[in-house]
Amino acid sequence: MADEPLILGIETSCDETGVGVVRGHTLLADALASSVDQHARFGGVVPEVASRAHLEAIVPTMERALTRAGVTLADVDAIAVTAGPGLAGALLVGVAAAKGYAVAAEKPVYGVNHLAAHVAVDTLEHGPLPEPAIALLVSGGHSSLLLVDDLARGVTPLGATIDDAAGEAFDKIARLLGLPFPGGPYIDREARAGDPAAIAFPRGLTAAKDLAAHRYDFSFSGLKTAVARWVEARQRAGEPVPVADVAASFQEAVCDVLVGKALDACRTNGIETLVIGGGVAANSRLRAMAEQRAARHGIRVRVPRPGLCTDNGAMVAALGSHLVAAGVAPSRLDLPADSAMPLTTVSV
Amino acid sequence: MGVRIGWFIVLVLVVDSSTPAVTAALVEVTASAVTTRAHRCTVDARAHGELLAPQVDAVLADTGARPADLGAIVAGLGPGPFTGLRVGLVTAATMGQVLGIPAYGVCSLDAIGYPAAAGEPVLAASDARRREIYWAVYDGAGQRLVGPEVGAPTAAAEQARALAVTAAVGDGAHRYADALGLPLRPEPRYPDATALATLAAERIRAGAPGDPLTPLYLRRPDAVAATARKPVLP
Ligand SMILES: [Zn+2]
Repeated sequence: MADEPLILGIETSCDETGVGVVRGHTLLADALASSVDQHARFGGVVPEVASRAHLEAIVPTMERALTRAGVTLADVDAIAVTAGPGLAGALLVGVAAAKGYAVAAEKPVYGVNHLAAHVAVDTLEHGPLPEPAIALLVSGGHSSLLLVDDLARGVTPLGATIDDAAGEAFDKIARLLGLPFPGGPYIDREARAGDPAAIAFPRGLTAAKDLAAHRYDFSFSGLKTAVARWVEARQRAGEPVPVADVAASFQEAVCDVLVGKALDACRTNGIETLVIGGGVAANSRLRAMAEQRAARHGIRVRVPRPGLCTDNGAMVAALGSHLVAAGVAPSRLDLPADSAMPLTTVSV
Repeated sequence: MGVRIGWFIVLVLVVDSSTPAVTAALVEVTASAVTTRAHRCTVDARAHGELLAPQVDAVLADTGARPADLGAIVAGLGPGPFTGLRVGLVTAATMGQVLGIPAYGVCSLDAIGYPAAAGEPVLAASDARRREIYWAVYDGAGQRLVGPEVGAPTAAAEQARALAVTAAVGDGAHRYADALGLPLRPEPRYPDATALATLAAERIRAGAPGDPLTPLYLRRPDAVAATARKPVLP
C-alpha cells in the first residue's frame, strides 16, 4: 500500500554491507556487499578489514538498493541503521553514512539494535509478529534467547552463550575438519551424508546441575573441545577421520541444545510462537528439528528464508518500519554507535 | 559551466575528521575568493561519529542554507587514525551521492602545511598514535615536497632537516616537539577548513568530476593470519 511508510535500512555491524528498502511489511530491495572473502584467510572477521570494505561499499550498495526498489532518497520516510551491537569501527561507518543520507535528504534517522532487527525481518515473510514470542538468534557473533513482548520498545533477554557463539563453533569445527570458512554451510553439507547418532558429543549446560543457573544459556566450548579430542585421538591412532559422521554428530549436538532450550522457553512462558534468526538459522538441520519438535507442543516456528537470516539491510529496514508504525520517536543526530548495545534498547 | 564569471558562487561544505579536531565548515567559492561563512570545530579524539553530523547541520543552519543549496563538498583524506577519519569521508561521500554534487578529496596535512608555509619550508605533522606522526614537508609556497608518511618523529625530523626545513607545525609537531627539535609555528594546529576549500578551489571552479574519497591510510590493517591447521585444543 502506497500510504505505508517507505523505510531504508543500513547494516554494517560485521562483514556485510547491507542496504534494504521496505514499504510497510513489503520488501522492495535488499542489496548486499560482503567482505567475507577478504577474511577467509584469517579464519575470522578482521575488524579493520571489514571497516575499510564498508567505506568502499556503502555508496554503490545504496545505489543498487534504490535502483532495484525504484525509489529515491527523497521518497523515503525514514532511514534506519544498525547502531549496535557489533564491531565498533564497522558500525561507525554505517551510522555516519545514515546520518550523511539523513542530513542531505532532510529525513529522520533511527539507530536500531541489530538483534531486534534479526527478529523484525521475519515480518517481511510472515507478516506481523504475534507478541509475546520467543526468539532464538544464532550466528557467528551472537547466540541469544529472547522474550519479545514489544518489539518496538524492548525485548527481554532470557539467556545467551557464556563462551563461543553457535556460528563460531561451526567455524572452529570446520577448520578442524579441513573445511573452508565460514564453516556453517560446509558442515551442513557434509552432515547430510553422515550419521547424527554416530558419536555422542556433549550437550552444554543441559545437565540438571547447570539448569538452575543457566537454564536458557548456551555453552559450546566443551563441545568444541570434545570434538577436537575425538578427532585428534583418531589421527594419533592413524585412523581416517569420518568427516561426515563428525559433522553430523556435532551439528546434532548444537541443534539439540538450541531447539531444546528455545522450546523450553516457549512452554514455560506459555508462548506459541518461536522465531529463529541469525546466520545459523540457515542450517537445514536446525530448521527441520525445530519444526518437528515444536509441532508436538503446538508451537509455531517462524524462520525467514536463509537470505534474510544472515546479516542484511532489509532486517534493519523492517525494524525501522515497525518503529515508525508504532510511533516511536527518531534518534538524535548525535546518536553513537554502541558496540555493546544491550538488548533492552531497541532504538536509541 | 555557462556561468558569468562575476556571478560565480559555489556554496561548499568542508569536513575533516583526520585529527582530534572534528571540523565542518560552509565556504563560499567565487571566481576570485574563498570565504568561510560558518565554522564548527570540536576537539575530541573519541567522538567523531557523534559530533560531525550535528556540526554539518549547524553550519547549514548558521547560514540559513538548505543541503540542496550546496554545490560541492571537500573532505580531508587524512592521513589520520582510521576510525575517525572514515567518519568524515563517509559523510562527504553519502551527502554527495544524495545531492548529486561532486566531493573532492584533499590531503589533510596540506591544510596544515599550506597555510603555515610563509616563505620557508615547513614540516606539518599530526598524531598517528603508537609514538608516531603522520607528516609531510612543504616548500616556502606551501607545495608538498615529501609525504604524506607515517613514522617516528626523529626519522621525520632527519628528513626535514635535509630539506632545509626551519619550522614544524600541527598538533603532531607540538606533541613531539622534543623529538623533532624544530621551532614550532602555533597555527594551524589542525587541518584548516578554509585551506581545504582553497586547495580544491580550482577543481570546484572548473566543475571537475568528484574523487572516490579513498582514505590515505598509510598503514596496513592489523591482522594476523590464522595458521593453516592451528590445533583447537590449548
Ligand atoms: Zn547478525
